[in-house]
Amino acid sequence: MTLADTLRTSFKTVMSYHIRSLLIILAMALGVGAVVVLTALGDGARNYIINQFSSIGTHLLVVLPGRAETSGSFLGAVLGQTPRDLTLKDAQLLGRLPQIRRYAPLNVGAAELSAANRLREVTVLGSTANLIPIRHMKLAQGNFLAHGAERNAQIVLGAKIAQEFFPRSQAVGQRVRLGDSRFLVSGVLASQGETMGFNTDEIVIIPIDYAQAMFNTTSLFRILIEAKSHSDIEPAKQAILASLRQSHDGEDDTTVITQDAILETFDRILHALTLAVAGIAAISLIVAGILVMNVMLVAVTQRTAEIGLLKAIGATSIDIRRLFLAEAVWLSVVGAVLGLLLGQLGSFLIRLAYPQLPAWAPIWASIAAITVALLAGILASMLPASKAARMDAIDALNKK
Amino acid sequence: MGDQAVCALNNIDLHIASGEYVSIMGPSGSGKSTLLNIIGLLDKPNSGRYELDEKLVTNLSETEQAKIRREKIGFVFQSFHLVPRLTAAENIELPLILGGVPPEQRQIRVNEALQAFELKQRALHRPAELSGGQRQRVAIARATIMQPSVILADEPTGNLDHQIGAEVMSLLEDLHHRGTTLIVVTHDRELGGRAHRQIAMRDGKILIDHSDDTG
Repeated sequence: MTLADTLRTSFKTVMSYHIRSLLIILAMALGVGAVVVLTALGDGARNYIINQFSSIGTHLLVVLPGRAETSGSFLGAVLGQTPRDLTLKDAQLLGRLPQIRRYAPLNVGAAELSAANRLREVTVLGSTANLIPIRHMKLAQGNFLAHGAERNAQIVLGAKIAQEFFPRSQAVGQRVRLGDSRFLVSGVLASQGETMGFNTDEIVIIPIDYAQAMFNTTSLFRILIEAKSHSDIEPAKQAILASLRQSHDGEDDTTVITQDAILETFDRILHALTLAVAGIAAISLIVAGILVMNVMLVAVTQRTAEIGLLKAIGATSIDIRRLFLAEAVWLSVVGAVLGLLLGQLGSFLIRLAYPQLPAWAPIWASIAAITVALLAGILASMLPASKAARMDAIDALNKK
Repeated sequence: MGDQAVCALNNIDLHIASGEYVSIMGPSGSGKSTLLNIIGLLDKPNSGRYELDEKLVTNLSETEQAKIRREKIGFVFQSFHLVPRLTAAENIELPLILGGVPPEQRQIRVNEALQAFELKQRALHRPAELSGGQRQRVAIARATIMQPSVILADEPTGNLDHQIGAEVMSLLEDLHHRGTTLIVVTHDRELGGRAHRQIAMRDGKILIDHSDDTG
């Protein structure tokens, strides 16, 4: 019996038991579809978070005061010393490192903003002009602390703040009061919405000197640094740590976080999560495999007389085994393909419902789902097929 | 009750020449079906030799025996044994598929067989839609499609009424006239009497082996 005939004959058999075949195909399809949709969700979430993280900057390093120790002891803490503050001088020092393109010192606080008879509490960022390109912010109007104007009392409003205070008029050029000082609005941020839980639409930005004066501090909250290139990130981190150690009397009392490291961690966690849900969904494929085994065992019993006849008219055990295996292959293949389509449709609907979530099933997941479905189907039909092949022709013929 | 071994056949010495028309008769349990199964290579004797076309076939492998069944032996059963989900034409085609005959040739041969057994109109009907006589004609067409040298018929008219049974028998006898060896197992004396050589069995032994002079 040729392979083509085996496939054709078993295909006809599959088609002639349509309800039975439909149910198995459905079980297979749901299993494959579940793997595809769930991995699309997992991978979509991963991409969503990575996109969010990438959008806050490129080749970004964040310097923060204090040392995050996971083990060992921090001598300063034992001696009752607090870690040294980060200062503007530190920031300027770092700005001279060769691996660094630009830096922005950062202070954060809250103050009351009042203008045009309105008053509200706002989050205040104190920084320099470099904050805008480093953090990938965009200005809708005006500019921010144009070089040479760093000493001026300028303020940039978040999109929503500008809208709230100056709903009808141009915000740029208006005078506002923040805390006890007066500022000139020099720009308005473009609306960006929330990134990483931080809404840039509801902040105001003022020059770092004014912020430090307003919050009565000389220390910095963070120093944001952009490395020149991707390969400069790690050297930049080492150079920053070395430079700060030197200026802090040999004390390692700062922490440098690279965006890449955070990204990588998120990537790993979410990838593991995706694998886990794929694994859970794959269990349904094993269940489908068991279903195939059960149905094929019933089929062998039902078709005992037919098997006997086939043997009598010259089918070998191998022919019989292949016929039953081919039947399982058909059911699995059709189920897997249908499941893939179902999964793609499901992912498409998710993307339609949540446009910000890039729910594309990864290719490895689709390939793995189909492979597992085929393997489950074929492995599960091994036992029924060899049961059929081993059947005694006379017994089988005489069975009614 | 019990596991006592039963000798279905005992000390059988039988030689059937090519082109003979033989009937094997006897009550149930006489061993006639077992004999037929051994001739048809569906069963193996515990001891003894069986030669087909002057070739010892008793100790051939399963695959080789299947090949001989496919090419040299045609089975006709009492209960027809058609595959219920296949059409008449597809049932007839089965041995050709198993034999690896290419599809175009299969088509031609199946059409010839449908023509020869007057089943042209019924080609696309399933067994459930056919009368008993038509079913047995499909079964005979299937048994002869590979042009076997031996036709083994086990109570071929057992499920048919008298007239249809006679028609089926004359079909089988036609095959014999064209040179095929025909072996019919039956417990019907009248049917068995039509064969040129009549073998009567009882308790696994050949009781009578009678040949007509006209055979």
